[in-house]
Amino acid sequence: MTTEQPALTSPPPEKLTSKRTRRQIGAVVTFLVTLFLTFLGLLAITFFIGRVIPIDPVLAVVGDRATQAQYNAAAAAMGLDQPLYVQFVNYVGNVLTGNLGMSVSTGRPVAADLSRFFPATFEMATLGILIGVAIGVPLGVIAAARQGTWLDQAIRVVGLLGYSVPAFWLGLVGLAIFYARLRWVGGPGRLDIFYDGLVTPITGMILIDSLVQGEFDIFWNAVWHIVLPASVLGFFSLAYIARMTRSFMLDQLSQEFVTTARVKGVPERVVIWRHAFNPIRVPLITVIGLSYAGLLEGSVMIETVFSWPGIGNYLTTALLNADMNAVLGSTLVIGSVFIVINKVSDVLYRVLDPRAR
Amino acid sequence: MSTRDWLLADSPTSRWQANAGRTYRVFTALLRNPLSVLGGVIILVLLLTALFAPWIAPFSPTGQNLSQRLLPPSGVNWMGTDELGRDIFSRVVWGSQITLTIVLLVALISAPLGLLIGAIAGYFGGWVDRVLMGFTDIFLSLPKLILALAFVAALGPGINNAIIAIAITSWPAYARIARAETLTIRNAEYISAVQLAGGGPIRVIVQHILPLCTSSMIVRVTLDMAGVILTAAGLGFIGLGAQPPLPEWGAMISRGRTFILDQWWVATMPGFAIIIVSLGFCFLGDGLRDVLDPKSEGKS
Repeated sequence: MTTEQPALTSPPPEKLTSKRTRRQIGAVVTFLVTLFLTFLGLLAITFFIGRVIPIDPVLAVVGDRATQAQYNAAAAAMGLDQPLYVQFVNYVGNVLTGNLGMSVSTGRPVAADLSRFFPATFEMATLGILIGVAIGVPLGVIAAARQGTWLDQAIRVVGLLGYSVPAFWLGLVGLAIFYARLRWVGGPGRLDIFYDGLVTPITGMILIDSLVQGEFDIFWNAVWHIVLPASVLGFFSLAYIARMTRSFMLDQLSQEFVTTARVKGVPERVVIWRHAFNPIRVPLITVIGLSYAGLLEGSVMIETVFSWPGIGNYLTTALLNADMNAVLGSTLVIGSVFIVINKVSDVLYRVLDPRAR
Repeated sequence: MSTRDWLLADSPTSRWQANAGRTYRVFTALLRNPLSVLGGVIILVLLLTALFAPWIAPFSPTGQNLSQRLLPPSGVNWMGTDELGRDIFSRVVWGSQITLTIVLLVALISAPLGLLIGAIAGYFGGWVDRVLMGFTDIFLSLPKLILALAFVAALGPGINNAIIAIAITSWPAYARIARAETLTIRNAEYISAVQLAGGGPIRVIVQHILPLCTSSMIVRVTLDMAGVILTAAGLGFIGLGAQPPLPEWGAMISRGRTFILDQWWVATMPGFAIIIVSLGFCFLGDGLRDVLDPKSEGKS
């Protein structure tokens, strides 16, 4: 009987799937459209900064020692004789084809520079977020489990320090203590000078390249150098992650199912790590994604302090030389990565959390 | 009737009494939290230091004395001296004026701007809302520090441009809050009453919606101040913010970078000032949030 008339109790299965697929396609389209619009917004802002704010953008590019002929040529090459919207369309076209202009300070195309410097930043930020998660999540859970005790207060202060300590200052103090005094870690730079240039770049990340090529001396030297900057960077994500973990955990611990579990006599450790922690893993992913994006930004300051040859260092050098193409190129790259991580962690949240689906 | 009874009266007889009573309740609630008291004290000390800098600082912040170069902290020079023989403590004291100026100006520019944009978007809804919030969201999804750096690069280094750049990057968060608040009160009956009495949009927004956004705005602005101080110091550190010989804390750290290994105090001391003041704003902001806006805990 029941197998004969399934249609009466529930809609036909193929119709259900098509409805769900349609909704999923709709979500993907909305996602792509917002991503596109945000990216266009970023381009509009960099365009505005590069072309509209400077009183004379040509002068900003050629410098004040250029002759009139050079000046005119540059103005024509930049398309400044055309209306603003045409200039913007050209600019978007250039960016999409990977043409970010030439850097005045290095004399190379900005896009080439950026792809050369990006791996160093990526390597440090990734290690930083790993440190932040490995320490921040347990700290947050402990603080929530011991809410109101001195331990909770101490973790709260550590978390707030993450919002109040200047990254560049912490880097300098770290260098003074752990490098100059204690000799526990390596100094500025990615490697000691005599190891420089020995590994052929494959991914550009020295930790991976040296391992792949079996250069363990170089690997350990690289570890020795990256530990301090990555830890300083990790501290800032740790502060944020611990704070958010604590607040998510407190939400869960006040739920009735937690009380039920406790009343049933489930050990506190299991209550905390299984009943309360499992549901917060999904929102935590968003938090981790956001702080990962934040680390890319934080690395600007850290790289300056540690002479780390990444995008942040490239950006600050460009800033001081008023090298606008390089400044806008770096802003664009960091901004795009930031946007993508932001949006992807938002989507991950929706995909992984059954309630938000 | 004692002052306290007057303040805590259940049925205040004037608007002034109601406001005073509310302020008093917030104040006493704040006093119960030791960390927010500490934060308040720190901010108070910052204000007093900035006001009375000429009398507090024992030496001139810019007067050079090359025979007294790079002296370690002592009874005379509490925080030591820098590479030009200037007393670091005096410079830190004078620097509080710069920090306070930056913080106040950024708050005065970005908070009203955000409030207005958010309230307009929330009140009118429809395409006005979509355009304004789309714009806000784009700004929100971009990295603040990087944007501020790019703006300063285009505007040119200097403290005024640093303030403008930071303000440009901090209004979107306020717009979001103001919009959310406006949406919850837009359809309230007292708003309809004002509209029926002939109140136009400007009057409704300015007189009846914005005042209700203030408490969550105060919380958010206080919490954000630490970030503003750090960004300003970062700009100074890179060399794009306050220019020498101004005793800006970030720029002072930058000068001390060269001596960090041997004369650690040159770079370290101004850093402590930054940390203490930022922590002060964090503590106070945290306490204010617990009192004024407890629901927003966790939404940083």
